Amino acid sequence: MPKITYITSENETHTIDVDNGLTVMEGAVQNDIPGIDADCGGGMACATCHVYVTEDWFDKLPKKEDGEEDMLDMAYEPKKNSRLSCQIVVSDELDGLKVNIPSKQG
Amino acid sequence: MIKTDALIIGAGPTGLFTAHQLKLIGLDCEIVDNLDKIGGQCIELYPDKPIYDIPAVPQCTGEELTKNLINQLKPFDIKFHLSERVEEVKKDDVNWIVKTNNGKIFSTPNVIIAGGVGSFEPRKFSVKECEKFENKSVFYSVKDKKIFEGKTVAIFGGGDSALDWAVELSKNSKVNLIHRREEFRGAQATVNKVYALAKEGKINLFTKYQMTSIKGNGELESIDIKNDDDEKKNIKADYALGFFGLIMQLGPIANWGLNLDKKTIEVDTEKFETNQKGIYAVGDICSYPGKLKLILSGFHEGALAARACFKLARPNEKYRFEFTTTSKTLLKRLGKKE
Repeated sequence: MPKITYITSENETHTIDVDNGLTVMEGAVQNDIPGIDADCGGGMACATCHVYVTEDWFDKLPKKEDGEEDMLDMAYEPKKNSRLSCQIVVSDELDGLKVNIPSKQG
Repeated sequence: MIKTDALIIGAGPTGLFTAHQLKLIGLDCEIVDNLDKIGGQCIELYPDKPIYDIPAVPQCTGEELTKNLINQLKPFDIKFHLSERVEEVKKDDVNWIVKTNNGKIFSTPNVIIAGGVGSFEPRKFSVKECEKFENKSVFYSVKDKKIFEGKTVAIFGGGDSALDWAVELSKNSKVNLIHRREEFRGAQATVNKVYALAKEGKINLFTKYQMTSIKGNGELESIDIKNDDDEKKNIKADYALGFFGLIMQLGPIANWGLNLDKKTIEVDTEKFETNQKGIYAVGDICSYPGKLKLILSGFHEGALAARACFKLARPNEKYRFEFTTTSKTLLKRLGKKE
């Protein structure tokens, strides 16, 4: 099972086994990782599952679909490496993915 | 003070259908919502997105669903209190006393919280110092555009609100429009207008920039912005406007003495009652084993909570279950029979 590492704004590291097919957001919510709110439940409608993907991983992820960049306009302190974690689907290729959680979601 | 059999907090689909159920069984109700329109998340977050899992409705958008629910309420007289946020819920000897931020007071034996993920509030600037200027020189909506006349305004955002106000205010103010990327997500016609005004020098465009700090002594003087390549600029501004959409906040609900599980309210599955007698939670905001955050679940929860309200609103009467197909009483309430 792929391992995903979530790093909180306080630099706590949580490495979790996440099933293939779940999203990085679901992996966080199901394992009570603090800092990913996912208010809309994965509908790409709220920007409260915002994460920063570490540089080495950012280009390896499938590209953003329409609407994700629009939603990121609303996110708290978006950066170049911002993604919505509800739009990143976990697969074997993503084993070892690291994401940083912002200090706030809004 | 407004007296009612049940007060519903939240005018989303669950709140609307709960109102239908209350009126059908002969109870009064009033609805309070912090948004300025009816529909909740359906209308605020996904008015145009199709929904495919409403029973017997193969496909409809959030806006269509809302319209249909409002239509279904037509036979009934229901008072909506929009743009009002419930601040306080306290018990007197018998009833719940509910106060809104506009000073409205309700007295009711039943409060049904159908609040989704809480109330919608504008997203604010992440720069902390902005709080000091809020409602003086920093705003998240425009109430009186006259105050900007002849002034320099910094507008942040890339959606329709930001673009519309940039176009409008450029008539009488010096407008700086700052957005975090090159692309705008507003309507193409407005985007074109903004580019045209930028060409004429009526709007100063700063794309790929975000606010890093805000300066001023009492009154706003200037704003520091930075782009992705760490280039900094300082722009003079009398006012800053931020348009980053809305975010849902649990807000005052957290202070009403209810048992919470993260951002949801724990309820039983018979009455959808919370740990406080006469306060119910339905829809996305409630939690119980097996809870699904589906609109259809909200409808079921609202129907049961409405029946539970009957006992407290009509302690001397007995509730009788009836069908709309056959019950004369129900058909009369629906305006179908004299």
